[in-house]
Amino acid sequence: MTYIAKPKFHHPGLKKNELGYTHRDYEGKISTLCAGCGHDSITASIIEACYELSIEPHRVAKISGIGCSSKTPDYFLGNSHGFNSVHGRMPSVLTGANLANRNLIYLGVSGDGDSASIGFGQFAHSIRRGVNMTYIVENNGVYGLTKGQFSATADRGSKSKKGVTNTDNAIDLVAIALQLGATFVARSFSGDKSQLVPLIAAAIGHKGASFIDVISPCIAFNNHAGSTKSFDYVREHNDAVNRLDVLVGRDPIAVDYAPGTVQMVEQHDGSRIALRKIDADYDPHDRLGAMTFLQKHAAKGQIVTGLLYVDPDAEDLHEHLNTVETPLNTLEADTLCPGSAALDKFNASLR
Amino acid sequence: MSDKKPISSVNDFVVRFANVNGSGSASANEMFARAILRHGVPVSPRNIFPSNIQGLPTWYEVRVTEDGHLGARGGVDMMVAMNPQTWDKDVAGIEPGGYLFYDSTKPMPSTKFRSDITVIGVPLTAITNSTYTDPRQRQLFKNIIYLGSLSALLDMDPKLIEQLIGEQYKGKEKLLSSNVHALHLGRDWALQNLKCPIGLRVKKSDKVGDRIFIEGNSAAALGAVYGGATVCAWYPITPSSSVAEAFTSHCKKYRHDPVTGKAKYAIVQGEDELASIGIVIGASWNGARAFTATSGPGISLMTEFIGLSYFAEIPAVIMNIQRAGPSTGMPTRTQQCDIIACAYASHGDTKHVLLFPEDPAEAFEFAAAAFDLAERLQTTIFLMLDLDIGMNHRLCRPLKWDDAKQYDRGKVMTAEMLDEGRDFGRYLDVDGDGIPYRTYPGTHPTKGSYFTRGTSRDRYARYSEEGTVYADNMQRLVRKFETAQDLVPRPLQANAERPTKYGVIYFGSTSPAMDEAIGLLEARGHHLDRLRIRAFPFHSSVASFLAEHDFVYVVEQNRDSQLRQLIVNENGIDPVRLVPIVHYDGSPITARFIAKAIGDHQDHLKVTPLRKAVS
Repeated sequence: MTYIAKPKFHHPGLKKNELGYTHRDYEGKISTLCAGCGHDSITASIIEACYELSIEPHRVAKISGIGCSSKTPDYFLGNSHGFNSVHGRMPSVLTGANLANRNLIYLGVSGDGDSASIGFGQFAHSIRRGVNMTYIVENNGVYGLTKGQFSATADRGSKSKKGVTNTDNAIDLVAIALQLGATFVARSFSGDKSQLVPLIAAAIGHKGASFIDVISPCIAFNNHAGSTKSFDYVREHNDAVNRLDVLVGRDPIAVDYAPGTVQMVEQHDGSRIALRKIDADYDPHDRLGAMTFLQKHAAKGQIVTGLLYVDPDAEDLHEHLNTVETPLNTLEADTLCPGSAALDKFNASLR
Repeated sequence: MSDKKPISSVNDFVVRFANVNGSGSASANEMFARAILRHGVPVSPRNIFPSNIQGLPTWYEVRVTEDGHLGARGGVDMMVAMNPQTWDKDVAGIEPGGYLFYDSTKPMPSTKFRSDITVIGVPLTAITNSTYTDPRQRQLFKNIIYLGSLSALLDMDPKLIEQLIGEQYKGKEKLLSSNVHALHLGRDWALQNLKCPIGLRVKKSDKVGDRIFIEGNSAAALGAVYGGATVCAWYPITPSSSVAEAFTSHCKKYRHDPVTGKAKYAIVQGEDELASIGIVIGASWNGARAFTATSGPGISLMTEFIGLSYFAEIPAVIMNIQRAGPSTGMPTRTQQCDIIACAYASHGDTKHVLLFPEDPAEAFEFAAAAFDLAERLQTTIFLMLDLDIGMNHRLCRPLKWDDAKQYDRGKVMTAEMLDEGRDFGRYLDVDGDGIPYRTYPGTHPTKGSYFTRGTSRDRYARYSEEGTVYADNMQRLVRKFETAQDLVPRPLQANAERPTKYGVIYFGSTSPAMDEAIGLLEARGHHLDRLRIRAFPFHSSVASFLAEHDFVYVVEQNRDSQLRQLIVNENGIDPVRLVPIVHYDGSPITARFIAKAIGDHQDHLKVTPLRKAVS
C-alpha cells in the first residue's frame, strides 16, 4: 500500500559488501505500517543481516501469510520474489516452494495471529518436517490490522487497550518449536537490533527449520500499561541468555573474546556463530535443558531471549526425501518422462 | 430345483460376490475377473465396499460381457453369497432363474432360499478345515477354493487361472503350489458332486484384444509421472488416496537417478488438504509441476487457495476423485457431484478449468495434459474422476505416449529475455490472449522480481484498490478463460443413424452405460445424437449441438443435474430444452436406467394427434 515512491539515489560513499551491493540494494518499498511499529525494526534487521551475509537479493524467496507482519516482505529485498499468500498458510506455500528449488534461501515471515491461531497447524508441521527455512514470527500479541483483538500469544491476565483482561492461556511458539524438533530456535526483541541482526544471519546460515520469535510491540494497539508485549514491559523483563556474532567466510575472529566466555558453532554453510554467554550455565545444544529453562523463567515472568537451541548437524526435508541436487523446477521431459518404451512394458503387465 | 427356467447365457452375465471386508476375498475375486479376461472375454468389475477396514459387508461384481459393455448392468445372475450378514438381501437380489452359490457346510432352513433360482451348495468350510489348520490360511484359501468350484460350474479353463496364480506368486514357489492346490480342491469337489457346467458359461473368445486392465487412479498417477509432475502433496481421503500411493510406486520405478539413487520427485503427505494445496501452489509458483489428489471434502477445504490460484495466476493440478456428498456423504460410493463446486470454487468471481476423462486411458492422457494446461493458463486445472473410474479395474485401450512431445511450460520470461529489455508486467496481456508472462523466483539479480498477492494489483503487480485497475484485471481473466476453450479437450459427437431432433449430453464415467443405452433406445425406436463433454469451459460445439436439437438430455450422476446447470448458466440456454436425467444413489449409472428414463420421456413426447385419438 505504497503511495510515495521511494527515491533511488544514495550517498556515493555508501559502504558496499563483498558482492558490491550497498545497504540500499536490500531495501524494498516504503513501509505503510504505523510510525514506530516494531515490525519496521525487524524489516531493518533483515536488510542488515542480508547485507552483512552478502546474499544476492534475488536468491531469496520471501513468503508470508496475512496480517501486518505479512505485509513487511514488500518493504525489504525489493529484487526478491515475494509471496503474500493466504492467512496462516505461509508454511505450506514455503514448503512447496522449497521443494521446487532447493537452491534458494527461504524466508518465511508471519505474525502471532498467522502462526499461533489460524496457522498453528501449518507452523507445527513445517517445523516437524525440517523445511530448510528461516521462519520469523513478528509477535505482538494482538491483531493489529483488525484493530486490537487478542491473539493466541497474548499472556493470560494481560490487558487489551480497551481494558479487557485476557483469560485464555498463551501459546509460547518457542516452546512448541523446541518440542517439534526445530533445529534452530531463538527469541528476540524488535527493540534490540544488536541481538536480532546476528540471530537472523545465523538462522539464514542454518540448514533446517530455523525459528525466531521476535517480540514486536504494536505501537497502536498493544503498547499500554497492562500489556505484556509493550516496549516497556519487554525491556524490563528481557532475560538474554547469550548474544552472538556471525562470522562469514575465513575471516579470523576480529573480536577478542575473554577465554571461556565464547562458544563457537560451525554452521553448514561454512559460517561460524560466536556465542557470547550471558548465562554461564545455558547450553544451546541441549534441547531438553532449553525447554526446562524456558518454562522456569516464563513462570517468573521473564522473557528469555537469545539463541536458545541449535543443532548444527541438522538434516532438512530434502535429505529426508532423498531428492536430487538439481532443483526440481529445472528438470524437463528428458529426465522426467519414462517414454513410450516403458509405457509399452507397463501396458503389457496389465493384460 | 428351480421352478423357473434357469438362465442360460454364454459370456453375458453378472456374478456378484458378497463377502465380509478384511477376509482376503478381494484378490480371489479379482483373479476371477482376470481369468475371464484371459478367455478373451471382456469383463467389467466393480468393488462395492464400506468405509471400514474389517467386518462390514463388501461386494465385488463382475459383469461378463462379450459385447464389451463396460458400464454396470444392474441385476445379478449368480450370487456368491459368502456373508451371512447380508444373506437375505443378497438372495433377494438374484434375477429370477438365477443361481445362488453358497457354503453348505452348515444346513440352512429351506425358508432361507427361493424357489425360482438354482441353489448350488459347496461345503467350503468343511473342505477348508479338513485341509488347513492355520486360521488365516483357512480364511484365505477358502476364497481360492470357491474360485476353483466356480471355474468348474462356469466351464472355465483352469489352466488360465493357474497361469494367473503363477504370475502373481512368481518366485514364491510355496505360495504358488498351495494356491493351485486349493484351486483344484474346489474344482474337483464341484466336478465330482455337482452338475457342471450350469447355464452360465464362459467360452473362449477374442474380444479383449490389446486392451489393458487398470484402475483410473493408477492411470492418472502415471499420467502425472509422464506429464512431468515433480511435487505431489496430498492428504488421505477415499477414494483418492490410491492416486498418491500409485504416484509413489510409479516414481519409485521410473524416477530415481540410476547412478545416485536420488529421487527426481518429492511427495509430502500434508497435515490436511489446506497444506496439500498450499504446497502445490508454492511449488508451482516456483516453477515445478505439482499436483494434489483429493475428494469432495478436500475440495471444500482447498477453496481459499483455489481462489488464490485463479486470482494470483498460479498453476495447480487437482485430481478430484468424486464420491457421494454432501458433507461426509457416502465416502465409498460414486457420484459426479462436484461439478459446480469445482467450476466456481472459491469466493468472488471465479471460474476454473475442468477435465472429464471417461476411463483410465483418458485419465492418463488428461492427467499429463493437465500440467501443460496449468502452466499455459497459469491457473488451477481440475481432473474430475470419480470412484467408479478411479477405484475399479477397467478394460481400456493401451496407454500411449509420443516421445517427440515436449512439455509446454507456458509463458515464462527468462533472464535472457529480461536482459534483452523485454517489458515485464506480471499481469500484462502482451499477446491479447489474456495470459501474462511470469518469472520464476531467482531468475535475475535486478529484473523480473515481483510481489505475488491475493489482493488487487495493476498490470505490473503493484498493489492497487483503483476500481478501473481491478476491473481491467478481472476482464483479462475472462479473456484468459475464453482462450482456455480452445486448449482443452473438445467434446466428441456421435450422431444417430438417422437425423433426429433429440440429443444427449453426458460425460465422465457415464460413458460406457450411455453407449450401451443408445443401443437399447434404438431398439425401442428412439434415435439420439450424442455429445460427450470432455472439459469446461465448453467449446463452441456445445452451443451448436444445443442449437441443432429440440431437446437435449443431460445424463449425470448427481441430484441437481449440475452439468446442466453449468450449461444453462454458461450458454444462456432455455432450461426447458435441457432435460435432466439424473442417477445419484451412489451406485454407478446403468444402461438400463438411462434407456428407461430417456425412453419414457420420449414416449411421453410423442403425443398422439387428437383427431386420430377420437376416431
